[in-house]
Amino acid sequence: MTKLARALTLSVSAAALALAAGAAQAETVRWARVADALTLDPHSQNEGPTLALLRHIYGTLVSRNVDGTLAPGLATDWQIHPDDPTIWVLTLREGVTFQDGAPFTAEDVVFSYERVLHESSGFRAIHADVVGAEAVDDYTVHVQMTGPSPLYPNNLTNFFIVDKDWAEANDVVAPQNFAAGEENYAVRNTNGTGPYQLVSRDPEVRTVLEAFDGYWGDAPQVTEVIYQPIPEAATRIAALLSGEVDFVQDVPVQDIARLEQTEGVQVVTGPENRNIFFAYDASSDTLRSSNVDDNPFSHPEIREAMALALDRDAIMQVVMRGQSQPSAAPLPPFVNGWTEEMHEYSAPDYERAAELVSSVYPDGFSVQLDCPNDRYLNDEAICQATVGMLGRIGIDVTLNSQTRSLHFPLIENWETDFYMLGWGVPTFDSAYVFNFLVHTREGSYGAYNGGRYSNPEVDAMIESIATMTDLDERNAVIAQIWDQVMEDRVFLNVHNQLLAYAVRDGLNIDVHPENSPTLWTVTVD
Amino acid sequence: MIAFIIRRLLQSVIVMVAVAAVSFTLFRFVGDPVNSMVGQEASIADREALRDSLGLNDPIFLQFGRFIGNAAQGEFGISYRLQMPVTELILQRLPATIELALVSGFLAFVVGLSLGVYTALRRRGVMSNIIMTGSLIGVSLPTFLIGVLLIWIFAVELRWLPSNGRGDVVSIGDWWSTGLLTHSGRLALILPAITLGLYQMTLIMRLVRAEMLEVLRTDYIKFARARGLSARAINFGHALKNTLVPVITITGLQLGSIIAFAIITETVFNWPGVGALFINSVRFVDVPVMAAYLMMIALVFVVINLIVDLLYYAVDPRLRVDRAGKAH
Repeated sequence: MTKLARALTLSVSAAALALAAGAAQAETVRWARVADALTLDPHSQNEGPTLALLRHIYGTLVSRNVDGTLAPGLATDWQIHPDDPTIWVLTLREGVTFQDGAPFTAEDVVFSYERVLHESSGFRAIHADVVGAEAVDDYTVHVQMTGPSPLYPNNLTNFFIVDKDWAEANDVVAPQNFAAGEENYAVRNTNGTGPYQLVSRDPEVRTVLEAFDGYWGDAPQVTEVIYQPIPEAATRIAALLSGEVDFVQDVPVQDIARLEQTEGVQVVTGPENRNIFFAYDASSDTLRSSNVDDNPFSHPEIREAMALALDRDAIMQVVMRGQSQPSAAPLPPFVNGWTEEMHEYSAPDYERAAELVSSVYPDGFSVQLDCPNDRYLNDEAICQATVGMLGRIGIDVTLNSQTRSLHFPLIENWETDFYMLGWGVPTFDSAYVFNFLVHTREGSYGAYNGGRYSNPEVDAMIESIATMTDLDERNAVIAQIWDQVMEDRVFLNVHNQLLAYAVRDGLNIDVHPENSPTLWTVTVD
Repeated sequence: MIAFIIRRLLQSVIVMVAVAAVSFTLFRFVGDPVNSMVGQEASIADREALRDSLGLNDPIFLQFGRFIGNAAQGEFGISYRLQMPVTELILQRLPATIELALVSGFLAFVVGLSLGVYTALRRRGVMSNIIMTGSLIGVSLPTFLIGVLLIWIFAVELRWLPSNGRGDVVSIGDWWSTGLLTHSGRLALILPAITLGLYQMTLIMRLVRAEMLEVLRTDYIKFARARGLSARAINFGHALKNTLVPVITITGLQLGSIIAFAIITETVFNWPGVGALFINSVRFVDVPVMAAYLMMIALVFVVINLIVDLLYYAVDPRLRVDRAGKAH
């Protein structure tokens, strides 16, 4: 009886919805995820939810398709200057207007470059190789690089373009400076070229966007977006089940199976651009947390034994409930440089692994594993499972799991022997992994090289690929670097995360590898 | 009287400074704010520069002195997370928390009082036993669980009430917003108010019941009965009136803790109050917001205690006599 009644109500409300949609052609999507955008300033915070929301309001020169390839945005074409390999020539789209009506021209791009390179910008590092930009004519911009940078357009997908006159009129020529103690106008006000414009914003409560009728692309089917952060997982899912939201972005792994069984709700999954791995200090003479006098990780046998003991399939089935792609390759599969060979992993062999450990340490050894507990999908549970697996081969691991703001400084300050890290590759190229995780820590290199890996030959190769223009030659060097890194077992990779979105029936949404869904591409049945 | 007030005020200031000092030392163990403020691409030099410009590398007592100096002027800086002035953020969120606290406090008082009187008068009734047993749930179940349970029943299964948020709100003046004037706002208030007030309700109920039973045994009640007064006049006119003094004191003091401990309820129901703001700030190590919030909660407690002390002074002649006696 109740089931029948509910089915009836559902179909009646569905019919009412269909009628409403037919009548006004208006479609609202209420979108919930775990956190709010931190700011609406387009150049202040290089952070997931902030980028995802801003992408709806501000346009980028180049955009990224769901499969990871590049697509034209505000730039219709990008080429290396025929006479000078250190200059990128950007051809801009004509007839684009900002939401305040001002036309989009080359001077806005030049100004946006100045703003994104400003001291208080959160995106400075992404454009570190840019010397400056110059407007050649109204729709052509020359970007001067410090050297040849063949893959630089990959860095343009999160570079939002602002209107020069608007920024000057509102005194927001630079992003928020925290030390100044004043709020920047751009934190709560926007003027972009994107498909939606801001209607209202109550930080951490609700942000309402409506379709911008002057948008240069196809008019979106979803005409209104209501963005609501709901940090508590149970509440977020309840809001979807009770019909109060239409689209939930961060679905907890344990709820996926149940949601798939629920009528009126569908779950879409796809790989995220983020791999989860362990790394260890193999270079120091001794470890901080070990009971042996030398450094166990400096022995290749121990590193091999750990790789043999990690049961990735068990972690995938038990901890992740199927929501991961186990892999030995320490980079996501759509990133340039990934190979099937690196990805392949063998079934665990505990006997052999235990032999390897006892060949060096007959009584085994102990070490501490540092792990975040609020950063990645089931991060703490993965670590717990790994502790058990290593325990079977004579490595006595103490787990230290803590919040992200305490975990990451350990890696930054070299205060950990053995740790978990997840890494996304926004440029979709191996060089990004090498620069941050493999190169010796010096200058802007190696900021997350918490294992202190240092190999001068590898460093030289990493530096050389930054300026190589011949892509085949460059890929050969990348393969060479990976060979060395895999041979040295710098990383013990666990898996790639899968993303899960839950939506009400009738909305078709794709999982974006950077977890940055685009509601203007959503189609409505 | 004036000396008493001045002494009390001075004590309050000391309490506030102590709270600031304790919370400030705690912040050192929450983690590094700079890590959440910059993207993963930021170089170590950039991080260090930001840390420097925020004054995080200064000695802790210098940071503390600066904080106290600014706080005394009501200046708490810019939120590291939301980039808005902290004072404005908190004032914006405060109406939601106060509204929730007042409604649930009122609910707890009215329902708790009625049930307390009922169970005291019908001590051996079946209904009383059911209520008393049921009240154990309110005392022992964690708020979190009650909230999720209510959401499940009333929002997901029955779809009568919203599961999260505050509904539509109406602004009154510059600094106040209320959900009480809209239908969706009132609906949204029901579940969080029950969740937050349940514990206080059972507390008040048990307190009223115990006090009533005590009073009903006293001689003047027996005398009233002997005089042939109606049961109604005895129970409500004499007994209840005499139980109310401690009940009102407790309710008043509990109001402070309702505001302070609304954090869990606000998190479960995604209620946009200061508690939820605080929790999100802890995750991000947003020190300016955390500091301001803790100072605000300390202020609420200090003010309530000050008022209670002053009321006692006004109500209880013995305090005054004692002081006067000592002066001679």
